[in-house]
Amino acid sequence: MLKIRDLRVAVEGKEILKGLNLEVGAGEVHAIMGPNGSGKSTLANVIAGRDGYEVTGGQIEFMGKDLLDLDPEDRAREGVFLAFQYPVEIPGVANIALLKEGLNAARRYRGEKELDALDFLKLVRERIKLVDMREEFLYRSVNEGFSGGEKKRNEIFQMAMLEPRLALLDETDSGLDIDALKIVSGGVNALRSEERAVILVTHYQRLLDYIVPDRVHVLAGGKIVRSGDKALALELEAQGYGWIDQATGAAA
Amino acid sequence: MDRSGNWGCCLMSVSEASAAAYVAAHREKHKQLPGGGIAALDAQRAAALEQLARQGLPSQRDEDWKYTSIRSITKSAFAPAEPGGDCPAAFIEKHAIAGLDAWRLVFVDGFFAKTLSDTSGLPGGLHLGGLAEGIRSDGARLSTHLGSALGPIPHGFAAMNSAFVADGALIEVEEGLKLERPIELIFVSGVGGEGLLSLPRNLVRLGAGSQATVIERYLSYSEGRGLNNALTEITLDDRACLDHCVLQTIGERSFHVGGVFASVAKEAILRSTTVTTSGALVRNDARVNLDGELATGHLDGCYLAFGRSHIDNHTHIAHNHPSGISRETYKGVLGDRGRAVFHGRIVVKQDAQKTDSEQSNQNLLLSDEAEIDTKPQLEIYADDVKCAHGATVGQLDETALFYLISRGVDRATARRMLTQAFAADVLNGVQCVPLREHLQSFTAAHLDAVLSDQLSDR
Repeated sequence: MLKIRDLRVAVEGKEILKGLNLEVGAGEVHAIMGPNGSGKSTLANVIAGRDGYEVTGGQIEFMGKDLLDLDPEDRAREGVFLAFQYPVEIPGVANIALLKEGLNAARRYRGEKELDALDFLKLVRERIKLVDMREEFLYRSVNEGFSGGEKKRNEIFQMAMLEPRLALLDETDSGLDIDALKIVSGGVNALRSEERAVILVTHYQRLLDYIVPDRVHVLAGGKIVRSGDKALALELEAQGYGWIDQATGAAA
Repeated sequence: MDRSGNWGCCLMSVSEASAAAYVAAHREKHKQLPGGGIAALDAQRAAALEQLARQGLPSQRDEDWKYTSIRSITKSAFAPAEPGGDCPAAFIEKHAIAGLDAWRLVFVDGFFAKTLSDTSGLPGGLHLGGLAEGIRSDGARLSTHLGSALGPIPHGFAAMNSAFVADGALIEVEEGLKLERPIELIFVSGVGGEGLLSLPRNLVRLGAGSQATVIERYLSYSEGRGLNNALTEITLDDRACLDHCVLQTIGERSFHVGGVFASVAKEAILRSTTVTTSGALVRNDARVNLDGELATGHLDGCYLAFGRSHIDNHTHIAHNHPSGISRETYKGVLGDRGRAVFHGRIVVKQDAQKTDSEQSNQNLLLSDEAEIDTKPQLEIYADDVKCAHGATVGQLDETALFYLISRGVDRATARRMLTQAFAADVLNGVQCVPLREHLQSFTAAHLDAVLSDQLSDR
């Protein structure tokens, strides 16, 4: 589904990703772990198409298409979803208005009919239960005045509505207490399917107790330096990231 | 200009010269003005005329007009409109606000048009009609109220309006009467042709404990040049509550100089919202005197300056007594070569202890050529007060933009959603639901149109 080859990305002239390779298949959950500043968030943002990330080399292929060739809105419509590390507060734009616009834009893109108000509302009511949010949140401005946990739940709710093929969860666990973490993880697990891939970007192993990954990668110095199964995450938890400096130092 | 200097040959400044045309027009007109012979009224008009002749129309040398040049208005003189302009009822219906069940007064080029108005089923205790009618039947009494909320005449335009004072809306609500229906005033200008001057004067007086909603709408009948010089005086007695809204949607070649002057007594509440979406040059003066303890004044505004519009909101809230509350939020969206001015003056008198005042002016600049001059001005002479103010000028938030886009929303729609949200926010305070919905959908649609113009220009 997702094939990243030798990806090089610079931010403000500084190279952050230095030849990253990654393949994620449909139905798989991959965790990207690594120390702060290793480029984890850069990877998530560059896949989603955020401005300010300059791709200086390499390719990203998504569902057989050149992803880097697509505008960010078209990436979303092709099925890429980024759950933000810091969900943005947007006063005056109702949650439900954003969802309706986003969902119908994707349907138009795929040549499908827009959902009528009734079907849309039915879908909304069904999906909002996944993250245990009250319906009043639908009519509130996007993330405005939401607690940290409510913001992250709202991200997963949006994911549930937009039904992406590839979900990128950027530090979704950060700032969550244990109850919120359980709700968010529950939502993500409910959305796991054969057709959907998930990339979890996280600093901590904690999230992976609740969303068990198929593969774990360690990103350091702009490259993936180790890959393994879920046992690797536990190893990292025990050892920390200190060993990486030695490993990459030795390799260089 | 130094009158004694080398410029002796041109003693008269440009602004005086342009005022002279109106002074001359007054000489022609004054016999037609209603209430002639009522000494107090005659004296008021004469004093105002004298001030207009002496002071002239404002120039940029006046501190209060520093950022607004009226050259486009003084380039040619406008002729005071005549009554009797024929505006089809269909025009009024076309511009009706959906779902608004209101008493309606229509003014054509500044003159009350009874046949287009609807004042059926007025309750006892409400006087609603044309000011000229009122002056003819009850002029001596009304002359004591005219000019009282206005106070000292601030500039040549207000002097002009006062010199010509003739018609407009007269709204008097008796003590304790709470009006269930809003009152809608529709001012249609340019009906009698191009180059006309409308001079409505509105008098709104609410007795103690009464409540009302008054909506002023200014529309252009045609695309031609025209000048509105409109002035509204509002007097609220103790505990009265007025929701007031001014909606200006005049033509691109029209000018509007308007003033709302209010006196708010003890525990009374004025909420006034001014929305301006068009016009070549619009100047809104809003002056609120909090003239009793615990008086409340809310002044809100929303202005959309696109094309070559120039919109100037000049506000002045005076806390004259203790424990007054004022809230002021003005939000502007500027694009193309639009210009806007916000001047927010708040004066807290020495006796006005426990004043609670907040002011904010926020601007969204969508083009490099748009310009905003914003100037908060707090003068605080009391020592136990809470006053906060802030002004911002910015562009659309790129992070918010990307957030929407990352959900599949296209860039143009995302820009529109954010811009509309920015503007609509200030309209949430409008209490009358059909009016609020109209203002929100109207500004949204207006932004839709101007923003898609901007995008297609690229």
